[in-house]
Amino acid sequence: MSSFPWLTLLGVVPLVGSLVVVFLPKAKALLAKQVALAFAIVTLVLTVAMALQFQADSTAQFQFVEQQSWIPAFGISYAVGVDGIGLVLVALATTLVPIVILAGWKDADNERGSVKGYFALILVLETLMIGVFAATDVFLFYVFFEAMLIPVYFMIGRYGGPQRSYAAVKFLLYSLVGGLFMLASLIGLYVVSAQITGHGTFDYASLVGLDIDPFAQKLLFLGFFFAFAVKAPLWPFHTWLPDAAAQSKPGTAVLLIGVLDKVGTFGMLRYCLPIFPDASSFYAPIVIGMALIGIFYGAYVALGQNDMKRLFAYSSMSHFGFIALGIFVFTSIGQSGSVVYMVAHGLSTAALFLTAGFLMQRNKNSALISDYSGVNKVAPVLAGFFLIASLSSLALPGLVSFVGEFMVLLGSFQRYMWVGAIATFGIVITAAYVLRVYQKSMTGPLADGLSGMKDLGGREITALVPIAALTIVLGFFPAPILNVINPAVDRVMTTIGASDPAPTVPSASVEGNGQ
Amino acid sequence: MSPLVLSSATLQEVTPATGVFSLIALLIGLPLLGAAVLLLGGRRTNKWGPYLGVLTVGTSAVIAIVMLVKLMALPSESRAIGESLYSWVFAGGFQVDLAFQLDQLSMVFVLLITIVGTLIHIYSLGYMSHDKDKRKFFGYLNLFVAAMLILVLANNFLLLYVGWEGVGLASYLLIGFWQFKPSAAAAAKKAFVINRVGDVGLSLAIMLMFVTFGSVTFSDVFGSASQASEGTLTAIGLLLLLAACGKSAQFPLQAWLLDAMEGPTPVSALIHAATMVTAGVYLIARSNAIFDRAVWAATAVIIVGLITIFMGATIGSAKDDIKKSLAGSTMSQIGYMVLAVGLGPIGYVFAIFHLLTHGVFKAGLFLGAGSVMHGMNDNVNMRRYGALRGAMGITFVTFMAGYLAIIGIPPFAGYWSKDSIVHAAFEKSTLIGVLTIIAAGITGFYMTRMVAMTFFGKARWEDDAHPHESPKVMTIPLIILAIGSTFLGLALLFWGNIKTWLEPVLGLTEAETALPELAIIIITLSVVIIGAIIGWVMYARRAVPIEAPRGSWLTRAARQDLYGDAVNDALVVRPSYHLARVLNWFDSRAVDGFVNGTAAFVGGASGRMRKYQSGFARSYALSMVGGAVIVVLALVLVRL
Repeated sequence: MSSFPWLTLLGVVPLVGSLVVVFLPKAKALLAKQVALAFAIVTLVLTVAMALQFQADSTAQFQFVEQQSWIPAFGISYAVGVDGIGLVLVALATTLVPIVILAGWKDADNERGSVKGYFALILVLETLMIGVFAATDVFLFYVFFEAMLIPVYFMIGRYGGPQRSYAAVKFLLYSLVGGLFMLASLIGLYVVSAQITGHGTFDYASLVGLDIDPFAQKLLFLGFFFAFAVKAPLWPFHTWLPDAAAQSKPGTAVLLIGVLDKVGTFGMLRYCLPIFPDASSFYAPIVIGMALIGIFYGAYVALGQNDMKRLFAYSSMSHFGFIALGIFVFTSIGQSGSVVYMVAHGLSTAALFLTAGFLMQRNKNSALISDYSGVNKVAPVLAGFFLIASLSSLALPGLVSFVGEFMVLLGSFQRYMWVGAIATFGIVITAAYVLRVYQKSMTGPLADGLSGMKDLGGREITALVPIAALTIVLGFFPAPILNVINPAVDRVMTTIGASDPAPTVPSASVEGNGQ
Repeated sequence: MSPLVLSSATLQEVTPATGVFSLIALLIGLPLLGAAVLLLGGRRTNKWGPYLGVLTVGTSAVIAIVMLVKLMALPSESRAIGESLYSWVFAGGFQVDLAFQLDQLSMVFVLLITIVGTLIHIYSLGYMSHDKDKRKFFGYLNLFVAAMLILVLANNFLLLYVGWEGVGLASYLLIGFWQFKPSAAAAAKKAFVINRVGDVGLSLAIMLMFVTFGSVTFSDVFGSASQASEGTLTAIGLLLLLAACGKSAQFPLQAWLLDAMEGPTPVSALIHAATMVTAGVYLIARSNAIFDRAVWAATAVIIVGLITIFMGATIGSAKDDIKKSLAGSTMSQIGYMVLAVGLGPIGYVFAIFHLLTHGVFKAGLFLGAGSVMHGMNDNVNMRRYGALRGAMGITFVTFMAGYLAIIGIPPFAGYWSKDSIVHAAFEKSTLIGVLTIIAAGITGFYMTRMVAMTFFGKARWEDDAHPHESPKVMTIPLIILAIGSTFLGLALLFWGNIKTWLEPVLGLTEAETALPELAIIIITLSVVIIGAIIGWVMYARRAVPIEAPRGSWLTRAARQDLYGDAVNDALVVRPSYHLARVLNWFDSRAVDGFVNGTAAFVGGASGRMRKYQSGFARSYALSMVGGAVIVVLALVLVRL
């Protein structure tokens, strides 16, 4: 394993980029955008270079590991490294950032905040997102987890819609309360580790496998889980999301829902399950219940929404229900499916919010579905991307979201037949609300006032093409993701002592494989 | 007739693809490429794009014919060819390849799809020549062909699902092709959403197969089916039936098909008559190893088929819209096929036989209807037709070939296949047999009604109608399909030996019937002719009023699609939107209100905070500091 500090480099590049952008003269707005985009692209290239060196069959849990003692008195260190799950989520973040910058090229023009400020915030956020997925010290993770709130708070609060303050504060309060609970658990975990091993630690590898008393596990689990359930967000901790989504710039919403919220489900899989295995199986029925409710609740609310951004937010909540379900049924198919779903949802969210954003810019920023009709007639390319995004959202077989969703459902069905069966009905309502938006806004007679609408331009198409391409290519060839996440999921399964249910009458070829 | 092996199907050994068979991927790839070029190429492809669309499908058809020749040269037990491309979805014991399987069953479907597909592509060159988005139309048609080929060539249920949904997508796009019409856009969405209900069935069936057999590959599932409990197989069978009901517009998921006629007529011919809507029949026939061991599931298949035969025929008898009347007929004819696959090994082969002949003659009928509409300013109302046989001779003659085929007059194609199903039904039970004969009589009635209203009687044309024959590019496909409607039944039965061809995949058994074979034939023909005479007397001998008479309660119900929409609305759609409204209210008032209230209580009044916007960055910094202090204090305390 090379000792090259890949992850630190990945984190530092956008941070440097943000500093450069901040120190540019305020008048040079265009230069600020170009510099930001350049740094984001360099980060993406570096991610690809790093990912190519990732060894899927390695026996080590984490790769590209770095460790520097930070606060030795409390066993806190700057420790980073990624397993396959961390890797794909880092890649998701670094893929979406340049796309968001390109798509949001004009978003910060004529806003209260400065242009360069917006792009600097995006780059800072990228650093923190990489950090949060790469941290292997729980305290470091917490620091990144909380620090992420700051750029997002300003991105909503300074660059958002009319209700931005309310939305930003609500987002912040929710997240802070969640974070406080996690902090309490974190301290408790430290205490427990001190009691068991004689010296307290925040090192992830040392915390996993600690024989923590089941009662303590149940308490500590709650703190972490609550923070993650707010972040993800699961029903009933979701009400900040529609406001935040509705008031955000499309780019902000993409990073918030597409990447940041994944920290919640990532955290469940990375921290809750392996560190608190007993508590996880104890709470699993409750979480599964919340996930199931969320799937249908989010979908039905979306069915009745007239505000596109809020609709996508509720739709995401429904999708987060699927992701959490896959994690808490404790099957390798379900958990791998959840990770694929996280990536797929990141892509479909990006496609939906960005395309919708391009649409709204063309009509006085209205997010109301009822303000649109027949857009296909004047902007067929836009409508085409909108359709692809919609199909991706409803998990059309052949797209990557289908791989994730089907695996989640299959993994759930494998463990609890009725849970999987009920959740499967979600696909009907999803299709209904997704296609309803398309039908109302893109088809039919052209709405008044839209006749002069221009179709997507080169920059906008350039931003959307990579998303659409990834959605389709990974749908037919998900191996690059599955190859790296399967070993990581197997490790989680081993850590929590779960095994997949065996088929009742295995066919000959299946037995022959020894599975 | 050839000697029969009386057996249910045994699992065939799959041999790896060599020679021309290694082109299976190309077979699919060509139309897929066509779709990609046409849909990404934009307006500049408008000029040559349609020809490219024809070329890709045509080439696939040629490859398919070569494959057929090669396959026929192989011994009957080694006609299953497999080709695996790569490992597609895998995790924790779940392992699915992107892999294809060409066997006798897939082969006949591939031929139907590519050959009828090519003819309909050619026809569309004329039919869509004035449409400014014709490249898109051909792109979608190519996409459809590719997806349909994936559906019938997949060697596992998950890949089949991709094709299954792919054809659904193409159907959605093509129903809504003229999406500036709100009715077309609504019909497209309706088709997709109702099909999603069927997809739930397919999804769950696949999951249950995996949980039971540890695999979703055809060979694994069917090879181990005998070891699974009957309860499990019944559940899988019923779930597959639900899927089939969606795609094949069978009761209770039939309501989308009539609205789907909003699509351009070539679409109705290819997708909503000849190929896609028969996918449900393919699914059940393919899964014969499951249905053979699940009596109740097979019985349910029969019941669904029977109900739909009569629903479709009733609707077909009442509609004045020529396309909708044909759509009702399609439902009814697919009902015959579904019934036949429900009969088990006595019926599978004949279901596929009827599927093939129906694919040809119904495509011909739809294209004929399109040709009529083309000459009548796109009017679909048969009450505004009449006496068109003089104005469009080729359309008339070819339509009559399809007419004689569908009502089952020897030696036309439909006679052989429908008669086979009627006979198989008698082998199962005399009651089912009698029902199929009655339905055949209704078919004779509604098809005669259609022909009489369109081509005979007095002209009832709109003032601006100037009926004329369609261009050659449209009539030549009509002529080819008419030849097929005439001879395909004979050809498949006696020259192609359809029974021995399909028997290794589907199995074939025969049983005694209560009536002698000749009696069944004579009775069936008599009933059909009586139905036709009634239709002739009512619609050719009497004048057809331009305004539809009120009609009996049954006619009125049938005009309303037998209240399928009303039932769906009352039971599903309206309650769903109501629930959506309630939850929206609940979410903004109750959940959010509660949380806001709590937040106000805990966090010190979020409402008040809103007033201190400017100061908030500071208070955030304060809370961060506060948090940090707590952390440090706690850590120190723990150290102590």
